[in-house]
Amino acid sequence: MTFHSILFDKDDIQKETTEQPAFFADLNLDQLVDAITAPKKHYNLKPFFYTPLRDVETIYYRHEVMRDMEDETLMAHINAFAEKMTIVNRYLAMVEKLDFDYHKKGWFLEAALLYCEAVSDLERDLSLANLNSRGFLAFREYITNYVHSPDFQSLMAEAQKVKGGLASVKYCVIIQIGTFRVKKYEGETDYSVEVEKTFEKFKQGAVKDYRLDLYKDSGMNHIEAQILDFVARLYPERFVALDRFCERHSYFMDDNIRVFDREIQFYIAYLELAADIKGKGLTFCYPQVSATSREVYDYDGFDLALAHTLLYTEKPVICNDFFLKDPERIIVVSGPNQGGKTTFARTFGQLHYLASLGCPVPGREARLSLFDQIFTHFEREEDIRNLRGKLQDDLVRIHGILARATPNSILILNEIFASTTLKDAVFLSKEIMARLMELDLLCVWVTFIDELSSLSKKTISMVSTVVPENPAMRTFKIVRKPADGLAYALSLAEKHRLTYEQIKERIKS
Amino acid sequence: MKVFLMYPDRDFDPKQKLPPNEAALLQDLELNTLFEAMAQGDKFLFDVARQTVLSSLDAPEPIRYRQEILKDCLKHPDVVRQIYRIPIQSIENKQRHWMGVFSRYPSAILSGALEMLEMFVDLLKTLKQIADKHAEGFESQGFRRFFTMIQQELDEDYFAVVENHLKQLKFRGGVLLSADLGNGNEGTNYILRKINHSNQNWMKRVFARKSPVYSFTLHPRDDHGARALGELRDRGVNLVANAVAQSADHIDNFLNTLRLELAFYIGCLNLADQLAQLGEPIAFPKPVPASERRYSIAGLYDVCLALTVKQKVVGNEVDADGKDLVIITGANQGGKSTFLRSVGLAQLMMQCGMFVPAESFSANVCSGLFTHYKREEDASMKSGKFDEELSRMSAIVDSIKPDSMILFNESFAATNEREGSEIGSQIVSALLERRIKVFFVTHMYELAHGFYDRGMENTIFLRAERQRPDGSRTFKLSEGEPIQTSFGVDLYNRIFG
Repeated sequence: MTFHSILFDKDDIQKETTEQPAFFADLNLDQLVDAITAPKKHYNLKPFFYTPLRDVETIYYRHEVMRDMEDETLMAHINAFAEKMTIVNRYLAMVEKLDFDYHKKGWFLEAALLYCEAVSDLERDLSLANLNSRGFLAFREYITNYVHSPDFQSLMAEAQKVKGGLASVKYCVIIQIGTFRVKKYEGETDYSVEVEKTFEKFKQGAVKDYRLDLYKDSGMNHIEAQILDFVARLYPERFVALDRFCERHSYFMDDNIRVFDREIQFYIAYLELAADIKGKGLTFCYPQVSATSREVYDYDGFDLALAHTLLYTEKPVICNDFFLKDPERIIVVSGPNQGGKTTFARTFGQLHYLASLGCPVPGREARLSLFDQIFTHFEREEDIRNLRGKLQDDLVRIHGILARATPNSILILNEIFASTTLKDAVFLSKEIMARLMELDLLCVWVTFIDELSSLSKKTISMVSTVVPENPAMRTFKIVRKPADGLAYALSLAEKHRLTYEQIKERIKS
Repeated sequence: MKVFLMYPDRDFDPKQKLPPNEAALLQDLELNTLFEAMAQGDKFLFDVARQTVLSSLDAPEPIRYRQEILKDCLKHPDVVRQIYRIPIQSIENKQRHWMGVFSRYPSAILSGALEMLEMFVDLLKTLKQIADKHAEGFESQGFRRFFTMIQQELDEDYFAVVENHLKQLKFRGGVLLSADLGNGNEGTNYILRKINHSNQNWMKRVFARKSPVYSFTLHPRDDHGARALGELRDRGVNLVANAVAQSADHIDNFLNTLRLELAFYIGCLNLADQLAQLGEPIAFPKPVPASERRYSIAGLYDVCLALTVKQKVVGNEVDADGKDLVIITGANQGGKSTFLRSVGLAQLMMQCGMFVPAESFSANVCSGLFTHYKREEDASMKSGKFDEELSRMSAIVDSIKPDSMILFNESFAATNEREGSEIGSQIVSALLERRIKVFFVTHMYELAHGFYDRGMENTIFLRAERQRPDGSRTFKLSEGEPIQTSFGVDLYNRIFG
């Protein structure tokens, strides 16, 4: 099997998109992708996260690699490789900016040495690893062949030999005012040690460290360059070898290795975030993904963006279940405000999107639908235009969505028509609902108009509730049950911690 | 070189954590009066006295180690004060000449440190002279070890080596650095080396193949280059400057430790002077292990009271060997509180190695001293008085251990006598079970007599009583069964009569 890419099982598809999809902000996917990619900025990973896959096969290709990557040892090996490659690139960038020949060549040699180490270590580590994914198996074959190629072998041997020669150079500089001399080192003793020894007897305990941090930027002034020139004259053969090395290996990095170094970070970035989230007691699973069926479910799913923002707080993350069986298509969510309805709607969208990237998704067990497009329409509170103008815009937008949507699309509606009259809202909502049912697409609709939930067999009702046991914790759940007007009033009382039990609890005797 | 005048095997730690009930001890035993007498206005002496007195030693052996040293001090106060002058002199010199290592440049660090070293060497010579002259007269293990160490470590050869370094470190012949080629061919591992002048013998010099030396002289107007060369020199000097500055710090620390470890004894000398002027006796106590129960005292007086009223005060005799519980009852203003305070003070003084204010004194050491006094007023009172008492008691219980000692002064009296006695009795009984030595001053008859009725062997009852026919107080305590009437009627009569 030839190796294409660790991210793609085939070559003829779109691999990267520079533009963020339109629904990202509504689903808080923008925050999430920021959080995932933030520790890996220099790899420019966002274009991968902006590009959903269209093919179930590629999704499973990634699942396999992801599962391999869940092995901690393999993850550690890849991270070690990545760290070295980062430094290699930093050295190479630095070489471009340096002024003195042997200084440049010195750093170029370091870059080559580290590259050889990174690649051969990875080859060794992979040869011992238990790999199952098509992606890694093909890559292993590739890197094994590469490492054993004569080109790589001679690069490595020569770099080490040149470095060995230079590292064993030891010289002396004798400094007087306005002048200095350079010579080989001839066994002169360490004077600081002698002084320390003389006064050691007075030592009572730790004392201040007076060593100044005389670090200066990698760079060389003309004095140091002059010294280096003298050193090169003291040891001419070793520096000629360096010259020869740089000539022969001016471009040493393999293209496929370079691409792998970046692409594998897609998995690492996601798994690292997932690992943090798992620390909060939450689970992820590899979803079944279907391009044809619209029966979906997810148990113990949660809003990953929210979970990430709650990571360093005591606040719990609420998990929710949902399922849709044929012919059900539309989840109508009603119930008290601040009860987690919007979060639930976002979760539904996020789960599908993350599944389309080939990532494990929040939840214990999931089956999700491979969509062609996601559309969202979220009411924005800060919208202060006149109501009529706003209603018109809303309708125009929804019309546009309905014109583009297909049965394979996913639609998330959040409190649309909230600012119009109830009568209008009910009328418009029912109209839109009729079209959605006709389209037969998957939809989550958060609304206060709970009769929408019982319009047909295609709609189901889910309700936000406030669980009363522990009023201090916001254990808001969205559960599948008929909408119930009464619970709403009670829930509000609970939310404000004003029920009989709560008031007793709050006022200590 | 270690001073070791406070412990036979370790340094005194001026930052050792004080017991959690430090504030209560200070208040209840009026310790500041003691510290002020020891300090004579010197804040450093005050702090050391406070730290030492409050960090009790918990075994007889280290107590005796300090007692011996203190006896030497009392015998040779002038020599000890002379040694104490040495670290003081160092501090004064540093202040007067602005000495110290303040710079951010290695060469300036080096010269600052060299200046300090030169000053220290002079002081160390003085110390050596004192040792040579007076060591003979000292008998304690601590001082004998100290003087021997000074004489051995600071001999003439050593001073010669040091002075040679002080000369070399001026680098008249240039600075020699060795370096390796590090990553990017940048110089690394800069090490300052001693220039080989004489250590190559002539044979080697003749036969060594001379390796080339390349030299470079900067253009006189190359300021940038001069600065770069200076930086490079600093890289080498940096390390040796560190070594010299740290050496100066070591000696500085040695002198500071000397000051610190002598300060306690200087405080004791100051206190002894004042008590001698009042004609008050002092005695070196005989400590016994914490597991024993010993309390055998004669002429024990409240040192703080004596220092405050500046005259001789009444002392007490008690023989309470084998007793775990001492209950003191009797007349108001009959000297009960004064006695209780003298017990606490003497215990702390014994356990830090001091003499005690008594004619003779022998007691077991305790693993912690606690006081629980009735508080007359408490500005921050939110809960009731009794509640506050119990919460303080609870804090004590959090940290008290077996073989500790606790002094109760009119505790649990903020409620009615029956409840107070019942709670007091339960608390005291529990403490006794846990092998805690209890001194309890109380006017609560039920509490005191309750213990009396139990007839326990390990309890002794002391009474403050009127002895003179005119009803005036003797302030002396004697052994006796608690009796019901308090002597408040006396007071009433005196004040109203």
